[in-house]
Amino acid sequence: MYAFTYHRPETVRQAAGLLSRKDDAKLLAGGQTLLPTMKQRLASPGNVVDLGKVAEMKGIERKGRAVVIGAMTTHAEVAGSPVVQEAIPGLAALAGNIGDPHVRNRGTIGGSVANNDPAADYPAACLAMGATIITNKRKIAADDFFQGMFDTALEEGEIITKISFPMPGKAAYMKFPNPASRYALVGVCVAKRGSEVRVAVTGAGASGVFRWAEAEAALAKRFSSKSLEGVKAKAAGLNADIHADAEYRAHLIGVMARRAVDAAVGK
Amino acid sequence: MAAVSMTVNGHSVTADIDPRTLLVQFIRDNQRLTGTHVGCDTSQCGACVVHVDGKAVKSCTMLALQCDGANVTTIEGLATGGVLHPMQEAFREHHGLQCGFCTPGMIMSAVDIVNRKGNNLDEHTIREELEGNICRCTGYHNIVKAVEAGAKAMAGSGMKHAAE
Repeated sequence: MYAFTYHRPETVRQAAGLLSRKDDAKLLAGGQTLLPTMKQRLASPGNVVDLGKVAEMKGIERKGRAVVIGAMTTHAEVAGSPVVQEAIPGLAALAGNIGDPHVRNRGTIGGSVANNDPAADYPAACLAMGATIITNKRKIAADDFFQGMFDTALEEGEIITKISFPMPGKAAYMKFPNPASRYALVGVCVAKRGSEVRVAVTGAGASGVFRWAEAEAALAKRFSSKSLEGVKAKAAGLNADIHADAEYRAHLIGVMARRAVDAAVGK
Repeated sequence: MAAVSMTVNGHSVTADIDPRTLLVQFIRDNQRLTGTHVGCDTSQCGACVVHVDGKAVKSCTMLALQCDGANVTTIEGLATGGVLHPMQEAFREHHGLQCGFCTPGMIMSAVDIVNRKGNNLDEHTIREELEGNICRCTGYHNIVKAVEAGAKAMAGSGMKHAAE
């Protein structure tokens, strides 16, 4: 790891100030991606702004028909939250299956969403559930936020402070983890809210998380895994690597989507 | 350099460190507590697991500065008065190790599992919860047996939260 100067702000305002004033500054949330990346010298920020003491970025609250989660809330806290378990059990289950217990004790929802790893779990939930990403400057719909592999709508100096999930009627996430890394080879999140059904796929797309329109249309008619029989994901635009080729990933998308729908309806 | 203060195994420690010092480096090199191991150094193997404010973390994937003001427990902090912690004793009794390199992390993770999931752990739960700890010798069989027995023994000894 290359040397850096360390900063520990206590408010979002201080953090934003440091981010704009300091050259080559990076935000440190849970550090479960940034620190390994720095150790490999794939990232070498001159200034590291640790958000660990920013109390206003932590916590989970129910606001009407939405669950609002602070960006610095860990995966373990989301998984173990009675509020999330009651309001959006599929989201609690997703958080409880990220990485391993130690990673879940450090990794945060804001860090995961800001990083937009193409195999991360949370982006699929944000997109499928129609979440709103709240920053120190504005509110961004998930549909506009994820813009490609490791790319988001975040601008320079912009910090995710909260993520608001409208409560779906039914929702679930299923993933096929890579047997070695446990990252999603394919992960599918389905959510039904009123008459709207959204299906988001992670792990598979060459440009990161995406919505699967054909499955959404089929499920909008009838929210059952039977509706997806015969609906095939296209291999074009999917990742192909040593772990799986595009055709296999396309196949897995269908399998994971059907399992997610079954889980969402309680089968 | 930057100042850091934390509690390690009940002792208050303060040091002036390079900001890039990892928690595991601080524990091993600064505090000379070498029971915590560096296995993969890529946050996968779990040999470096310690407890920070009661939660199991991979100390190779945390800066020491992130622990400022925190309460850290390492494998050296488990035994009291020369008597092994029940989980350590269970690993010995059930031969839950061969070379022993992964053992400190296994035991710190095991105690964390008991803290979160209670004293009656089934094999499936133990294997799932040990996802982040890799052993390259044993095939896990005796480790799982040791964790199950250690969890029960922790109830008997009234040491449910012994690590903290």
